[in-house]
Amino acid sequence: MTKFIIRRFLSLIPTMFVIITLSFFLIRFAPGGPFSSEKKLPEAVLQNILKKYHMDESMPMQYLRYFNDVLHGDFGPSYKYKESTVNELIAQSFPNSIVLGSVALALAVFAGIGVGITSALRQNRWQDYLAMSLAVIGISVPLFVIGPVLQLAFSMQLKWLPVSGWYGRKWPLTLILPALTLSFPYFAYIARLSRASILEVLRSDYVRTARAKGLKESAVVLKHVLKGALLPVVSYLGPAFSGIITGSIVVESVFVVPGVGRIFVQSALNRDYTLIMGEVIVYSLILVVMNFAVDIVYGFLDPRISYK
Amino acid sequence: MKRILAVLFVLVAVTGMFAQDFVFSNASEPTLDPSLQTDTASTNVYLGLFEGLVQYDPKTSRAIPAVAESWTISKDGTVITFKLRKNATWSDGHPVTAQDFVYAMRRILDPKTGAEYAYFPAMVIKGADAFNSGKGKAEDVGYKAIDANTLEVSLTGPAPYAVDMMAHSSFGPVPQWAVEKFGNDWTKPSNIVTNGPYLLKDWKVQEYLLMEKNPKYWDAKNVKIKSIKVLPGDNDTTNYNMFKNGEVDWTHGIAVSKIDEIKLRKDFQASPQVATYYISLNIAKKPFDDVRVRKALAMAIDKKAIVDKITKAGQIPTDAMVPPLAGYTPQKGAGFNPEQAKKLLAEAGFPGGKGFPAFTYIYNTNEGHKAIGEFIQQSWKNVLGIDCTLQNMEFKTLLDLRDKQRDFTVSRNGWVGDYIDPNTMLELFISDSGNNAGNYKNADFDKLIEKARTAKVSDRYKIFQQAETMLLTRDQALIPIYHYVNLDMIDASKWGGWYPNPIGFHPWKFMYKK
Repeated sequence: MTKFIIRRFLSLIPTMFVIITLSFFLIRFAPGGPFSSEKKLPEAVLQNILKKYHMDESMPMQYLRYFNDVLHGDFGPSYKYKESTVNELIAQSFPNSIVLGSVALALAVFAGIGVGITSALRQNRWQDYLAMSLAVIGISVPLFVIGPVLQLAFSMQLKWLPVSGWYGRKWPLTLILPALTLSFPYFAYIARLSRASILEVLRSDYVRTARAKGLKESAVVLKHVLKGALLPVVSYLGPAFSGIITGSIVVESVFVVPGVGRIFVQSALNRDYTLIMGEVIVYSLILVVMNFAVDIVYGFLDPRISYK
Repeated sequence: MKRILAVLFVLVAVTGMFAQDFVFSNASEPTLDPSLQTDTASTNVYLGLFEGLVQYDPKTSRAIPAVAESWTISKDGTVITFKLRKNATWSDGHPVTAQDFVYAMRRILDPKTGAEYAYFPAMVIKGADAFNSGKGKAEDVGYKAIDANTLEVSLTGPAPYAVDMMAHSSFGPVPQWAVEKFGNDWTKPSNIVTNGPYLLKDWKVQEYLLMEKNPKYWDAKNVKIKSIKVLPGDNDTTNYNMFKNGEVDWTHGIAVSKIDEIKLRKDFQASPQVATYYISLNIAKKPFDDVRVRKALAMAIDKKAIVDKITKAGQIPTDAMVPPLAGYTPQKGAGFNPEQAKKLLAEAGFPGGKGFPAFTYIYNTNEGHKAIGEFIQQSWKNVLGIDCTLQNMEFKTLLDLRDKQRDFTVSRNGWVGDYIDPNTMLELFISDSGNNAGNYKNADFDKLIEKARTAKVSDRYKIFQQAETMLLTRDQALIPIYHYVNLDMIDASKWGGWYPNPIGFHPWKFMYKK
C-alpha cells in the first residue's frame, strides 16, 4: 500500500515535467506576442522590452532559465500586470477561487443528493419529473447563460442581490449568485447520479431484508440505502472539485470574481506567457493531485480494488 | 468558522459605514507606475494619483496648468520653459521639483526600464529617441532643470501639440527616492509616493482600488469628491447591469448588444474621438495596386448606412482619415457612388466584376466587426459583382498576420490618435512605418510629413492637408469607414465636471456631485 502510494506519487513528477515543457513551447507558437498591439511598437522600444525579460535569448536558453526559476518556486514577472509577479497574482486570486469553488461544491452536493433521494423515492411521479427536468437544464445550459439570467432575476428585477463584485459592503451576499451558477451543472450531475444509484440499491436484496425486518422506511433509506448509494457520488467529488476550481473561468468573468479563472482568460488573450504558465502549472497540480487522492481513496471505499 | 464569519460581518459593517463617494468601472486592472502605463485604465488612475506639468482640460482635452503654473514657448517653437508652482508637494512631504520630471523622463527612456510608452515622449523630445535606442546619453535628453522650479524642455521641432501631449502619463513625475528604495515594489500601497489630488488608500488586484482625497494637494480646496473606488470589471454586460442598478456611477465602454436600449437613455454619452475605423487594402498585391480598383471598392460602400444600421451609437461616417479638427479641413477620398464604382472597375479591366480574383476580408472576432464585414461583402457583391470571403480571427493572430507578416489582402483596421493633431492620424502611412499595414509607399507623402515636423505653425495644417489629399483623394490607399466615438454611461444630472471630450480622459479634480 505504502509502496503504491510512493510509486503513484513519483509518477506525478514526469507528468508535471511534460505539462510544463509542452505548454512553454505551445504558447510561444501562438501568433502574436505579449507586446503586440494595434499600435505597433517601434523596433528600438520592442528590443528594450525583450531584453528586459530575457526574451532576446534563444528559445532553449529561455526554457532552461524558466525551468530553473520554477524549480525555485519563482514564476517570474507578469508582462501585463507589470507591477506584480505571477506568484503574487496567483496568491491573491487563488483563495477567492477556492472559497467560490468550495461553496459551490457544498451547494451542489447537498442539493444534488437531496433532490436525488426525493426523485428516487418518488420515481415516475411529478416530483421526479420536475427534478430530472431541472437536472437536464443544469447539464445542458451553459454557465454564461445561467449567470446573466440569475443576474436579471435576482439583481435587476427583485433587487435582492448585487449584480457582481466580491469583497466590499455587500460581502458575502456577492458570493451567492456566482456560487449558485457554478454549482448548477454539478448539482444536476450529482442529482442524476445519486438518483440512479439509489434506485439500484433500493432493489437490492439487503434493502428487501431490511424492509422485511419491519424497519421504518426512513431508517431503511438513511441507514441502509444511502450508505451504499453514495459511493459513486463520493468518488465523483475528486474530479468535481478540480473541475469546479478550474472550470470557474466563465463564472468569474460574468460576476467579476477576482479569482484565478478570470486572470487566466485575460492572460491567454494578452499572451502574458509567464502568467499563463503559472496558471497552467497550478491548474495541472490541482488536477494531478486530486486524481492521485481519488486513486488512494478508491481503495478504502471499494474493497474490490486492491493495491499491488 | 463561526468566528471568521463574525469577524467578516463586523468588517463588512465597518466598511459599509464609510460609503464611497464615486464608484467607477475601469474595464481592466491598472498599472500605477506612470512610466510603465500603457492603457486607458491606467491613465484613469494616474489622473487621480499623479499630476504632470500640465493636465487635460476636462472639456477640450487641451493642456491646462497643473504642477507647472505657466510656460513660455521660444520664438522658433522648439524650447518650452515651464515655471513650476512652489506649493506642489509629494505625499511624503517632499516638494515637487523640476528634477523629479527630469528623473522620470530619463527613467522612461532608459532602455533598461523597457517602457512601452517610451516612444511617446521620443516623438517630440530632443535626444529622447537616441537615448531610448541606445545611441545617445541620458544627459543629452532635452529635459533640463534650470532650478528647482524651472524646467526647460527642448523639442525635435516646433510641435505645437507637444504641450498637449505632456498631460499624458508618460510625461508624469516619479519620486526618485521611492523608486531607488523599493525598486519594482515602489507602487505597492504601503510604499507609493504620489503628488496628485488623490492618495492610494488600498489596492487589491482584481478586486478594487481605492483613492482618497489628498489633503496636502496644492489645490485641495477645489477637490470635491472625497473618495473614488475603481473596479476592474471587463464584462460590458455586467458593467451595464451594475450601472443600471446604481452600483457604479460611471462605466467607460458599453454593451454593444444593448445599444438600441442604451441610446435612448439620458445617461448615455457619446463624444467624437480622434480615431478612425478603416479598411486596409494591401497595395503590394494585385489587383489592389491599381488605384481605380481601390476607388471602386471605396465607392461601393454606403458608410452612412453602416453607422445608421449597424453601429448605431453616433459614430460619424467618413471618407477621410483625419477627423474634423479646429482649423483643419479633412481631405476626402472617394464617397458612395455605385455608378462611378462600376465604371472604374470596368476601366481597370474587371467589367461587372468578371475576372476579379477571389480574396479574403479578415477581422478580429467581434460581433460588430462581423456585421460591418458582412455589409461590405454584400456591397461589393451587389454593386461590383466581386466575391470576397470573410474570415475572423483572434486579435493577436490578426495583428501578427496583418501588421507583422503583412500576409493579407483586405483587413479591418482602426487607429486611435494619441493627441489632437493631424500628424497622429497621418504619420502611420509613411513608407517605413510599422503600422502601415497596406504597404503604402510614396516618397512625396513621406516628405510632406517630414516637412510638417519643422514647418511654421501657420503652415502645418496646409501641409497635412496636402498629404491627406495625396493619401486619399489621389491614391485612396485605404478606405475610411467612420470616426469612433467615446461611449460612456454617466448621469450628468448627478455628476458635474465630467464632459464628453475628444481624448476621453476625465481628470477627477474637476468632478463634483450636483
